Amino acid sequence: MRIGIVCPYSWDVPGGVKQHIDDLAQALVAQGHEVSVIAPAADDDELPPYVTGAGRAVPVPYNGSVARMSFGFLSAARVRRWVRTGRFDVLHIHEPLIPSLGVLACWAARGPIVATFHASFQRSRAIAVAEPLLQSALEKLSGRIAVSDAARKSLVEQFGGDAVLIPNGVTVARYTEAEPLDGWGPDGATIGFLGRMDEERKGLPILLDAFRLLAAERPDLKLLLAGPGDEKDVYDRVPREFRDRVTVLGMVSEADKIRAYHSVDVFCAPNTRGESFGIVLAEAMASGATVLASDIPAFRRVLGEGQAGALFANGDAAGLAREAAALLDDPERRHKLAAEALVAVRKYDWSTVARDVVRVYETVTTSGAGRVEEDL
Amino acid sequence: MTTTLIVLIVGIVVVLTAVYISWRAGRLDRLHIRLELAQESLDAALMRRRAVVLELAGSRLLDPATSLVLAAAAHEARSAGPEEREHAESDLSGALRAVVDQERFRERLSESQAGRVLLEELDTAVAKVVYSRRFYNNAVAVTRTAQRRWLARTLRLAGHTAYPQFFEIDDNPPATMSAE
Repeated sequence: MRIGIVCPYSWDVPGGVKQHIDDLAQALVAQGHEVSVIAPAADDDELPPYVTGAGRAVPVPYNGSVARMSFGFLSAARVRRWVRTGRFDVLHIHEPLIPSLGVLACWAARGPIVATFHASFQRSRAIAVAEPLLQSALEKLSGRIAVSDAARKSLVEQFGGDAVLIPNGVTVARYTEAEPLDGWGPDGATIGFLGRMDEERKGLPILLDAFRLLAAERPDLKLLLAGPGDEKDVYDRVPREFRDRVTVLGMVSEADKIRAYHSVDVFCAPNTRGESFGIVLAEAMASGATVLASDIPAFRRVLGEGQAGALFANGDAAGLAREAAALLDDPERRHKLAAEALVAVRKYDWSTVARDVVRVYETVTTSGAGRVEEDL
Repeated sequence: MTTTLIVLIVGIVVVLTAVYISWRAGRLDRLHIRLELAQESLDAALMRRRAVVLELAGSRLLDPATSLVLAAAAHEARSAGPEEREHAESDLSGALRAVVDQERFRERLSESQAGRVLLEELDTAVAKVVYSRRFYNNAVAVTRTAQRRWLARTLRLAGHTAYPQFFEIDDNPPATMSAE
């Protein structure tokens, strides 16, 4: 299949949507499809062979944050030419509601068009004003994909109509090999956490309470925390005598994140609710970490009801402490769970996710649908 | 002078109105095409699911009782009239769930090469029913809104196209192959 993918954000700036598109494109190429991506990029940028630049991106405040996007006559003309010469069987637009290449592509093309919605958004004045414009772009979409329940919900609420849910994938191979962080290493007494520290549903307070229970009887137990949030709030919850055993890394780079997964003996995901899938869990599993997670439905499913990782009763700090102690004292069980996790996580690998995306492509490219063509 | 001006203004208004109406009509026409394609792909997905289920039922890889459950449900869905169609397809989803969610069903079926292939085809067929139905219902919703517009109703822009109907079935996949 010849697939054209439209990326709304600058190719040279790391970001979730760009990463998603890159991973998807590589997975599709690996399955034998021909893929061309168009993205905002300056003409002298180094780009992978499957990426076409659509002109330099400009930082623009939109919907409460600043994003690097591209628009204007030059970009519109380049998108149009790319659509005309691409001869795509299907056009896959990401974030079609962002005033960037996605909207331009919607405008310039007709035929089988699929869109993926990444962000959840609030009803804003900007969206209210632009609604008729955006509606006519949405009308052209034959298939709509949302990457999370939140994204799907805001789409349904703001614009009506439904979308199918295909979550992000994890490139398992990228996580399997890494050095532990300097001065760290699985030493039989390290528990890790990654996620927003100030968001209650990520469950960090439960882990801190459990740590307090454990720390007294285990003098070498350490806690390694990574993720955005205020470290003062964290330390406030830990008794003074244990504070030097809690390390807060704050925001970490992608590479350090992977190294952090490799630095712990038990990776803990104490989330209390609201995880539709838990990408963090999948990343930890791909890194070969032993996972201990709350027994919310999403996690139970990912962990195969406890086969690929240990579970504790959601919200129960004492239960978490008990399970963590059992895991720390049983290296053999840890290794067994980690090995099972590496098998189970294959289901969330990009190759599997790409297969679902291809099913969507096949659904919208029925015999009568024809190719993607320029819309005059 | 004034008459020329009036004629000119009337002329411009007529031209603008005509352009607007034809743009509206074109847009509605496009929606109808999209709806037709969505219907086509929904029908194809349902047909494919019935076919895969029938093949699985006749494959001799299952026990006779399970085969019978599947074959009966697929047959009902295939022979249902337009009135019972939604019901019969929902029943097929239910039968599939009951069968596939049996303990160790997937493992047992995966033991043979033929079973693995059928399982893969079934996964695809089930997911495509979910996808195509959702896309179809989206197209129905948009087309309905467009047809209900004042202009479209007054000028009968929809022509003889019928007011589209949603396709409401239970297409929840078996727990072990949940597409979402």
